Order: sequence, then structure tokens, then C-alpha cells
Amino acid sequence: MYGGGYIHQDKNQKVQTQVDDPEKLAAFEAKIDAGEKIEPHDWMPYDYRRQLIRMIEQHAHSEIIGALPEGTWITRAPGFKRKMSIMAKVQDEIGHAQLLYSAAETLGKPREQMLNDLINGKSKYSNVFNYPAKTWADVTVIGFLIDAAAIVNQVLNSKGSYGPYCRALERICYEESFHLKQGHDAFVALATGTPTQRAMVQEALNRWWKPIIHFFGPSDKMSVHTERLMRWKVKMASNDDMRNQFLSTYVPKILELGLTIPDPELSKNADGTWNFGDPDWDEFFRVINGDGPCNAERLAVRSWAEEKGRWVRRALFNAGEKYVVPFA
Amino acid sequence: MKHISLDPRVNRMELETPEDQIVQIDAEKEGWITYEVFHQKKTGTQHIHAGIVHAPSDEMALVFAKEQFARRGSTTGLWVVKSANIVATLAEDAEVFETTPEKLHREPSAYKVRDKIENFKKQNEQQ
Repeated sequence: MYGGGYIHQDKNQKVQTQVDDPEKLAAFEAKIDAGEKIEPHDWMPYDYRRQLIRMIEQHAHSEIIGALPEGTWITRAPGFKRKMSIMAKVQDEIGHAQLLYSAAETLGKPREQMLNDLINGKSKYSNVFNYPAKTWADVTVIGFLIDAAAIVNQVLNSKGSYGPYCRALERICYEESFHLKQGHDAFVALATGTPTQRAMVQEALNRWWKPIIHFFGPSDKMSVHTERLMRWKVKMASNDDMRNQFLSTYVPKILELGLTIPDPELSKNADGTWNFGDPDWDEFFRVINGDGPCNAERLAVRSWAEEKGRWVRRALFNAGEKYVVPFA
Repeated sequence: MKHISLDPRVNRMELETPEDQIVQIDAEKEGWITYEVFHQKKTGTQHIHAGIVHAPSDEMALVFAKEQFARRGSTTGLWVVKSANIVATLAEDAEVFETTPEKLHREPSAYKVRDKIENFKKQNEQQ
């Protein structure tokens, strides 16, 4: 999990424009066209750096916040095997956040600043985590479909132009394949189970369908902004293309289990694109700007962890010369 | 103002950062430093750079490196070294390596004697 490819930018945020040296810009673009990677010390356009920081940081935050709803289900997961998998997954996600913060740091924003901006609400994370995981079935929907959607984005982005982000994503995608498999496994277990279990997973799917459609963000085909980010290989596909790719692969996997998708307008065109009912983009923006069912709760948990973990970080820091038994 | 970070990789880039974006960290109490992590997959192979971790001490760096870079597949060794202790060439100095491929006199393929031997043999036969 959990990057959805949507890069949030506050509408009222003042965008600082900076004109790049045209000669350097041309050399930079030629390098990208030739398929070369950009590394931290290379010259890069102002907006390239700014957008990458925003994107990688939001991705990192999504890993941390995304682990919160799942983390609360570790003790309630049905059976030892599911507890083990969900615990390993949550650990992976936190590790992914560390990898992503490391990549974002190479662009000049310190990790501490990113963590502060998450807590003070300045930077965003994937909007889906502002919705609650009411039952175990919600956790299986997240593990299967949200992870699947994130993988679509992450596999594409791992072919992007910024070296450190690509390297982090390669490792992340490798671990994500387990997340998707365990999510599918848990989802199928409910969908092929008793009538109560089937009803439970259908209800969860109904709750999550709108956030799933929201996941890749609104249509961005008309935006000039997107075109440039795609030329620079910051974004590797438009939001619509990613959503189409996701729907083409995963709608059949839902339907083969005899479940219903709660959108009568959902249909596939001959060219591989999908039609879907109005997913209420106003709600999407309302939630991302703080007015969702779980925004406050998520940030409160993150703040709490920051506060309550402080003494551990300080104790470790002050350990000084004290002997610590090496682990290997 | 020069950008100041706990991460020396970032400091080396000498970025300009707007004042209001600089967070004051209590480095005395919480400022963890960065370590570069090198990972060995199999005995007898090289340790390869895998990434970085933030850690308060060498020992914790090794613990975090295990958690982050040895979660899957095989691992036979991990090294961590403070990022500040890495001495590296600068990206803009890459041209110092440019003449390397031209130094063909160091390649076995630059030495061809077969033609000479064949000529020598032919001349001997004629005599």
C-alpha cells in the first residue's frame, strides 16, 4: 500500500513559481527522454522537486496512516494465521513509510518536518484511510482491493524518473505481492463461506466501493499540469488510465465470487475504459480537507504515538557509551 | 538560509530552504543520525548498498537495518556505517572517469598477434 497516484494540492495554497534555466531544463528533459534516472545531486526543475516531495511524502504518510485501521484488527483477526499475516503486513507498511521518507529526504525535506506536517494537517495521505474499518470484512476489502489499486500505481511509478523513489518502490512492490495475496485469501474465505460471511463481505464492499473509485483521484486528463508531470515521469499514467487498469483486472475477480458491485452504471467500453456512476467528488474533497469520518481520529492516534514514543527515542539517544548486545 | 538537516546527504546538497520550513529539532535529545546499510545476500558475495536508516546508535542502526532490509529472502550479513563517514566522489566530477574506456592498452583485446604469426609461418613455408 498505499499510494493512489493522486497528488493533493490545496486550492488556496500559494504556488511559488520559479523560472528554470532553459538550457538546464532542456538537458534535464533530454536525460529523461533517454530513459536515464535523475539522482539527488543532479540539477532538476523547481517544480519537479516540489511535486516529487509532495507525492513521495503523501505516499509515506499513507503507509503510516493506512496501517492504523489494520493495526486495530490484529487482536480481533479471526484465528492465529490471520493474526500473523495482518501483523506482518502492518510491520511491512511501517517499513515502507521509512523507505519512502528516506527517498523524500534526498530531495531536501527533513523527515522530522514531514512527520510534523502530517500531524498538523499540512500534508495529506490517501483519502481512503479517513473511512473506518467497521468489521473484519472491511479489513479484507482493504487488503485485497485497496492494496491491489495501490500496486497498479506503484508498479507504474517504479518505472519513473527519480532514482531513489524507483528503488524504494521496487522493494515495496516485492513485499506488496504478499499483501495482495493474503487480502485476496481472506476476502475469498468470506465470499465462499456461510451466508452470514457472504453478507458481511458484500456489506463491506458496498461501504468501500465509493472510496475505491475515489482512490486514483478525479479525472486529470484535461490538466496541463498532469501532462508536464507525465513528461517528467513523475506521474506514469493518468488517474483515469490507472482506474481503468484496476477495474479491468479486479472487477472480474469480484464478480466471479457472485458478489454485486453497488453501482448499476458500472460498465466497460470496447476500448477498455470504464463508465461508473457519479462517485460524489465533492465528498472526496470534503473528506481530504479534513471533514471525513476518521480524519481527526487518525491524526490523534499519530500524535499520540509521537508524544508517547518520545521518551523511548530520548532514552535510546542518551544511551551513549552503554554496551548494547549486538543482535548478530 | 542554508538548509540544515540531520541527514548529511541533504546537507551536502547545500539547498536553500525558506525559513518557515525549517523545523527546530531538539538534536540533543531526539536527533537521530542516518546510517548507510549494506546487505549481503549469500556468503561469498559482496555487501551491496541497500538504503539508509535513521538510528540513535550503531547498535540500533543494525537492528533497524535488519527490520527494514532483511525482511524477505536470504540475508547472510549486514553492515551499517554512519552516512557522515562515507567519502564519495561528486556527481559533477564524473568526467574524471571519462578516459577510462580509452585506456585500451590495459585490455587483453588490445593485443592481437595471430596475423603476425600467420605471416611469419607463410614466409617460412615459402623459403
